[in-house]
Amino acid sequence: MGIYWKLIWAYIKIGVFGFGGGYAMLSLVEKLVVSDNHWITEQMFTDIVAISQMTPGPIGINSATYIGYVAPGEVNPDLASPIWGILGSVAATLAVTVPSFFLVLYCAHFIRKHQESGAIKAIFEGLRPVVVGLIASAAIMLMNAANFCPNGTDSQLWISIAICAAAFCLVYFPIKTRKRTIKIHPILIICIAGLAGYLIYGL
Amino acid sequence: MATKEKNIYWQLFASFFKIGAFTFGGGWAMISIIESEIVDKHHWIEKDDFLDLLAIAQSLPGILAVNIATAVGDKLRGTRGSMLAAAGTILPSFLIILCIAIFLTPDMIKNNRVISSIFMGIRPAVVALIIAPVITSAKAAKLNWKTVWIPCITALMISLDLGYASNPILYIVLGGLGGFSIWALSQRKLKKTKGH
Repeated sequence: MGIYWKLIWAYIKIGVFGFGGGYAMLSLVEKLVVSDNHWITEQMFTDIVAISQMTPGPIGINSATYIGYVAPGEVNPDLASPIWGILGSVAATLAVTVPSFFLVLYCAHFIRKHQESGAIKAIFEGLRPVVVGLIASAAIMLMNAANFCPNGTDSQLWISIAICAAAFCLVYFPIKTRKRTIKIHPILIICIAGLAGYLIYGL
Repeated sequence: MATKEKNIYWQLFASFFKIGAFTFGGGWAMISIIESEIVDKHHWIEKDDFLDLLAIAQSLPGILAVNIATAVGDKLRGTRGSMLAAAGTILPSFLIILCIAIFLTPDMIKNNRVISSIFMGIRPAVVALIIAPVITSAKAAKLNWKTVWIPCITALMISLDLGYASNPILYIVLGGLGGFSIWALSQRKLKKTKGH
């Protein structure tokens, strides 16, 4: 049963310190869930991010639900059944949302009162560059052998680097035609990358 | 009257359920859809009040979409309203991911040849999708030579895996404290110059 308490505690921390949106939160999730507790592998974590991008809803909820489902079975094979999994996903999802739920209910008037105060503004001014670092750390931690060359071959590493570079260009530089600029949706990019993966490794 | 009351609870839940079920990409993508649903369609809240709630939801930690839902629900119908709105936002993605987790197990991703080859292509692309917001958020933060070391040190220390020194929470707390102390120091200076 210990795994459930650990899951709840990890996701409470993620909920309470999750400033700066979904991508910044990923750094906390990767640290607490992957590096510290090894509930899931690096690859699985990356897969969850991909699945989150392709399904509706916030990435924080998506990761809590998936990791909550998988973690009990990974830690203790006796708990590898849907019932224990569902219990884990309910626990993790509630743990990540309940703290901020109460903060919104009970701290809203405090924030409203001091919104214009220099102190609150200064705190967020200080957080802003840290959030950039948090997102960057999530990206750096995912640039690893498990994601780029699970086969251990050089050719796979280069293919992965090419996919990563191409995906970055597609998402970062909108295509400008004479009439309009086309921004490619991340979901489409993931689909193209998946197709490329199938064509290169699957056939 | 009683049925009308019941109705608004139901509508609140249904509205946020719809928002949760149809928006991809989380908080920022959701804001405009929440606004059109809550302000333009149902006229539950004035636009100014919505912007006020949004500012509060953004300055609190946690999942932005859930924070906005909680704030809107609370404004409309108190605690019960906020619970329904938050539940409506969470439920669609919870149910969808639960289905995926039940059918697409880690073993299946690893052992099924087709699925594993698809994910081998997807993983490097996911990394690119996280590199892009690093640059956009760095631009939005208006980093200069005085502040650019902060994200560099933060990213380096967290990714190095040095135990407590690599805990992201440490850097979140330090960032907030740092901003506060700079402000406090400037206030003190201001008082001193005024005193003279």
